Amino acid sequence: MIHKSLKELAQALATREISSVELSTLFLDRIARHNPDLNAFVTVDREKTLAMAAAADVRIAAGTAGPLTGIPIAQKDIFCAEGWTTTCGSKMLANFVSPYDATVIDKMHRQAGMVALGKTNMDEFAMGSSNETSYFGPVKNPWDRTRVPGGSSGGSAAAVAARLAPAATGTDTGGSIRQPAALCNLTGLKPTYGVVSRYGMIAFASSLDQGGPMAASAEDCALLLNTMVGFDERDSTSLDHPVEDYARDLAQPLAGLRIGLPKEFFGEGCDATVMAAVQEAIAEYRRLGATTVDISLPNSHLSVPAYYVIAPAEASSNLSRFDGVRYGYRAPDYGNLDDMYMKTRAQGFGAEVKRRILIGAYVLSHGYYDAYYLQAQRIRRLIANDFVEAFKSCDVILGPTSPSTAFKLGEKAADPVQMYLSDIYTIAVNLAGLPGMSIPCGFAGGLPVGLQLIGDYFAEARLLNVAHRYQQATDWHQRRPADIA
Amino acid sequence: MTQWEVVIGIETHAQLATVSKIFSGASTAFGAAPNTQACAVDLALPGVLPVLNKKAVDCAIRFGLAIGAQVAAKSVFARKNYFYPDLPKGYQISQMDLPVVVGGQITLQVGAGDKAYEKVVTLTRAHLEEDAGKSLHEDFHGKSGIDLNRAGTPLLEIVSEPDMRSSDEAVAYARALHALVRWIGICDGNMQEGSFRCDANVSVRPKGQAEFGTRREIKNLNSFRFLKEAIDYEVQWQINEIEEGRKIQQATVLFDPDSGETRMMRSKEDAHDYRYFPDPDLLPLVIGSDWIERVRGELPELPQQKRERFISELGLSAYDAATLTASQEMSDYYEATVTVAGKASAKPCANWVMVDLAARLNKDGLEIAAAPVSPQQLGGLIQRIADNTISNNIAKKVFEALWNGEAATADEIIDKQGLKQITDSGAIESLVEEVLAANPVNVAEYRAGKEKAFNALVGQVMKAAKGKANPQQVNELLKKKLAV
Repeated sequence: MIHKSLKELAQALATREISSVELSTLFLDRIARHNPDLNAFVTVDREKTLAMAAAADVRIAAGTAGPLTGIPIAQKDIFCAEGWTTTCGSKMLANFVSPYDATVIDKMHRQAGMVALGKTNMDEFAMGSSNETSYFGPVKNPWDRTRVPGGSSGGSAAAVAARLAPAATGTDTGGSIRQPAALCNLTGLKPTYGVVSRYGMIAFASSLDQGGPMAASAEDCALLLNTMVGFDERDSTSLDHPVEDYARDLAQPLAGLRIGLPKEFFGEGCDATVMAAVQEAIAEYRRLGATTVDISLPNSHLSVPAYYVIAPAEASSNLSRFDGVRYGYRAPDYGNLDDMYMKTRAQGFGAEVKRRILIGAYVLSHGYYDAYYLQAQRIRRLIANDFVEAFKSCDVILGPTSPSTAFKLGEKAADPVQMYLSDIYTIAVNLAGLPGMSIPCGFAGGLPVGLQLIGDYFAEARLLNVAHRYQQATDWHQRRPADIA
Repeated sequence: MTQWEVVIGIETHAQLATVSKIFSGASTAFGAAPNTQACAVDLALPGVLPVLNKKAVDCAIRFGLAIGAQVAAKSVFARKNYFYPDLPKGYQISQMDLPVVVGGQITLQVGAGDKAYEKVVTLTRAHLEEDAGKSLHEDFHGKSGIDLNRAGTPLLEIVSEPDMRSSDEAVAYARALHALVRWIGICDGNMQEGSFRCDANVSVRPKGQAEFGTRREIKNLNSFRFLKEAIDYEVQWQINEIEEGRKIQQATVLFDPDSGETRMMRSKEDAHDYRYFPDPDLLPLVIGSDWIERVRGELPELPQQKRERFISELGLSAYDAATLTASQEMSDYYEATVTVAGKASAKPCANWVMVDLAARLNKDGLEIAAAPVSPQQLGGLIQRIADNTISNNIAKKVFEALWNGEAATADEIIDKQGLKQITDSGAIESLVEEVLAANPVNVAEYRAGKEKAFNALVGQVMKAAKGKANPQQVNELLKKKLAV
């Protein structure tokens, strides 16, 4: 049961093979057993989960169930959920119980009737690529518990990889869905910016953040995405895009598909073992009828520096609301107001968050704004234009998701630049606002390798199709860690 | 001795009269219990996002059209970052590089009577922004309370060029702006509640010097009187400083109405770096011509247009037209009066509204909207002057009686009190003859060339007629008889 796809679980629920309460209990029990070691969840509330499952069973019995009603999922702890502690991986919000639902939570649970298994661990305020910046401690990679699961959606990735949940949500600002998906052998999708509402999703970098699904397969991601999307008048950057069924094109054959291979993604800086798996995937796509096109994204080497100006700039402002005045952490002892601010924020934020706030405040400050922030915005436009050019000659772009497989816990924790470079292939996609995926494409040294697929704006259905056909021909995505029964 | 020239520019925050806040659906009503009108967005809970209230944009467009400004096709909301407990997000959403309204001008009347002159003040810009909450420092046993009801209330910040050259011009500008925003219905103008507040940038320079002096900004002036007092004090202070050999340092100052002095709040050195940048949660504000035209169609006749019409259609002087269009209430009152009294009486109507009514309102401390005498009553009264039923002097008595609610119309009072003017020349002639016979001394004096004696005789006739004789007829008859 724990290895079933969402479609199979929906079938099992529909035929009363299992109830939502039974299914949810199964996963809750697995969480209780494995989470103390993996640390994938930061909040589990058995009572709340089972109440949601019972309500789903009522809907199923009444015949008012949607396609995913009763299926349990894990929510990244960046989504505000009414009555749930919503921490964003930070001491600052360790005691914050949200009084309202994020749009994604409302859609998936209240509307679609899915069941929340709990809130998953994450890098603090989604700032990190290893889940080591979480106030609640690092998450272990189920494939090798001495290694990181990736980040920032590391808890979600570990939870799904260890089958503590059939699927999960993530958010992706510079690779935070795709990189942990790659490191944990999952399928993850970052949609076009504006497709999934950001309302209630705690902001890291507003112009880059985008929520999306993390699951075992492209098909599961398509079904999840169907429940997450839609124009939201509460999010001014939400796009009024017609509703579509992301699963509709899954089975389309790939004959004639033009896959763009950017030379910048196939040069130095990527582990040879990772590259070998990617090359093997390209060969598989050719067997499936696709052709490859050599393309160039000439400004992609500027994406990491531009990102580390724009994202911290926005974050420095977004995180100003965590001031100890209205909610969240406040330093216990302080003198005057300034002292309260300084102590609260010094104690409430971790080192990586503080580093990015400082960078962000610096690049926005008088005298530096033009040289850093405006320059980064210009680069951002150049990067977006590179993709526009590239998509004139190809349908999807392919490359590695991350330059290496999962690294050791603590290995890069002391070197922020090395850590930042693990997102070198994913960041440009966020800067351009494009949809991107990571799918399992093999193993190197026993560790999963992720293949990145990048689509044009609103090409999610096409991406899912490209991923699904590959997953019909390969079984990488069905592999599980040896100790996961 | 150096002659000093004063240079003043004014920034005004006008609270826009929308039902809900600029980026949330919470109510903007004044006076609710603290923090009862602050929703998740106003509280800046984690994850919430702003959504622009289009009604606030309507207000900005209205203002732009009313001052002949350019309404920007594209403007951008920016974040102004600073920490303060009543600023929940740690930044204020405002507009910086690209404001919604650019340029424009306001024509104002400075001074009164013969010394009155017209002045055109150019506006730099007007932009939309959100207000902060309030910090309450009393009643919390040494702690401060925060009320976020006001947080997110829409403001239009209106910035003038440094065009004013005296505190009188500054006050005239503020009054004209105050009247205009109320006129076009975008702000209730309630200064006590903080709906309309001014910051004055003040500097002085030797007359004839081209460059401006160093300015100091006086913050948060919430009455016209404080605006004038603060500027007058500040100007004198700056002149004294310079004359005593000190340099003015750029600074922000506060005005203390009790002492009548300005005092430094912060110098330029400790000015914040607000780290403005475009708000990534909001798309650029794009205003198409259809939006502008819709708003234009909803605009009332503007003061300037009304002023021109009063001059061309009603034959008023520029000064009268300007005075009567100083507020919508006043011009409405005046126009309703003319409707009853007739266009031929447009000038007397203007005098009654500007002089008699204004004086009486002033005496009782009333606003024109609360005048006990309605425009219909006043118009009826002016009709009776025009058709010679009563004299101007009697009319003043009738007006007072109307003011005191003694009757519903001027006609009733004239009837009840028997105030109808005597125009029968026979009756007046006999009164004149009686007075001449009874006052030989005055007659002799007049004939000896003393003009004053004539006035005494007129007074005697009017007294005998109990004030009701037509004064013009009295004059004519007296002159005729005395000439014999």
